[in-house]
Amino acid sequence: MTDIKKETGTFTVKTGLAEMLKGGVIMDVVNPEQAKIAEEAGAVAVMALERVPSDIRAQGGVARMSDPEMIKGIQDAVSIPVMAKARIGHIVEARVLEALDIDFIDESEVLTPADDKYHILKDQFKVPFVCGARNLGEALRRIGEGAAMIRTKGEAGTGDVVEAVRHIRQVNEDIQRVMSATEMELMTIAKDLGAPYELILQVRKLGRLPVVNFAAGGIATPADAALMMQLGCDGVFVGSGIFKSDNPAKRAKAIVEATAHYNDAALIAEVSKGLGDAMRGQSVAQMDDRDKLAGRGW
Amino acid sequence: MKIGILALQGAIREHRWAIERLGAEATNILDPEDLNGIDGLILPGGESTAIGKLLIRYNLLNPISELGKKGLPIFGTCTGLILLSKNINGSDQPRLNLMDTYVERNAFGRQLASFEADMNIPVLGNEPFHTVFIRAPYIDRVENEAKSLLELDGKILMAEQNNLLAAAFHPELTRDDRVHEYFLKKCKL
Repeated sequence: MTDIKKETGTFTVKTGLAEMLKGGVIMDVVNPEQAKIAEEAGAVAVMALERVPSDIRAQGGVARMSDPEMIKGIQDAVSIPVMAKARIGHIVEARVLEALDIDFIDESEVLTPADDKYHILKDQFKVPFVCGARNLGEALRRIGEGAAMIRTKGEAGTGDVVEAVRHIRQVNEDIQRVMSATEMELMTIAKDLGAPYELILQVRKLGRLPVVNFAAGGIATPADAALMMQLGCDGVFVGSGIFKSDNPAKRAKAIVEATAHYNDAALIAEVSKGLGDAMRGQSVAQMDDRDKLAGRGW
Repeated sequence: MKIGILALQGAIREHRWAIERLGAEATNILDPEDLNGIDGLILPGGESTAIGKLLIRYNLLNPISELGKKGLPIFGTCTGLILLSKNINGSDQPRLNLMDTYVERNAFGRQLASFEADMNIPVLGNEPFHTVFIRAPYIDRVENEAKSLLELDGKILMAEQNNLLAAAFHPELTRDDRVHEYFLKKCKL
């Protein structure tokens, strides 16, 4: 058993962690107490950040990577994986998070972008990345850069699920187009979607995205989570939806159960009882375009 | 032959594909009644704290534990290895309490320590097996009827105890089905 050659930071190991998170709920937390509530409720991971998206919206200003000390506190408080956000294109924030031994980095449009032209070249890192996408082309560009996991962008901090639904529907529609095309048409589809051709071929072979795809951006209720699962997402991120509601512990548990049993309407009815008010939220249809986060990144 | 796959959370479809490649039938286990008529059960990788809680909430923990005691073949990968163990160092999290093993959770470290490597697993033959470890646990030591099947630097990475099989790595993330094949042999007995 000597001379075993261990390889770390490979794409298999990165996507492997994403596979293990499937069917689970990843919750935004801003301190160790919330992280413990999330773990206790059955979260598969937590996202450590300084302000949840709805507060970032309300308070404005530049949103950056979280304080390493706060991240460390959350890592010490729970045994589940801890994720954190870096600004789009901010190579150094990502390196800092990697140095903190974070389990997953979200290169996120929720933070103020650091680069309006380039995303991080994620395959140069040993830590896995998750990135937001609104359609198949965007998802495959991020995977081309090395992302090991994709999530819908949705519209974070609104509590309005409509954008997340729009984005997963669009991804599904684009995959259908790839599946029903003749081989001759695939290069044109790659050009239309702005997607790497080789990854279009992979999607055609698999009939799905080559990596795990979660829902994010506006999920606030157990029914929202189950809806995203029924539309084909592999799991759910809940940001402001839990700790901006009346009873975070109870709502967190209910969302975990609804995600695991997303086809069981009777169970979703049962767990949705008496949760108190959901986050108040804001309707995306009534927002100015400049207030929307999903347009950040390309 | 029908193999149940605990489908509360985690890498469920990969086990299904492996079982189907070997010509057996796979069925998802979400509720106690799903356990009827299965010839074996797979506990997939995922988050052990999350799956442990859901096992209790859906009244699956005791029925599975009873079936395991009665001899139902059960194969656990990663989280599944933790759930099978009688002893989890430093934790009182829910478990099936079946194998005489002492488990250390996240024992190699966080994600950056996750790794893949070729290893020789004698019960699978001479060809090395490509193992993938994700925030993996290991077994500190085994006692009574539990036996080590793979060891690296004093850490036990695969073990069996009569009808029970546990691996700290993820054979379902590779296309090499020899570990699943080994498990199916237990299910045919």
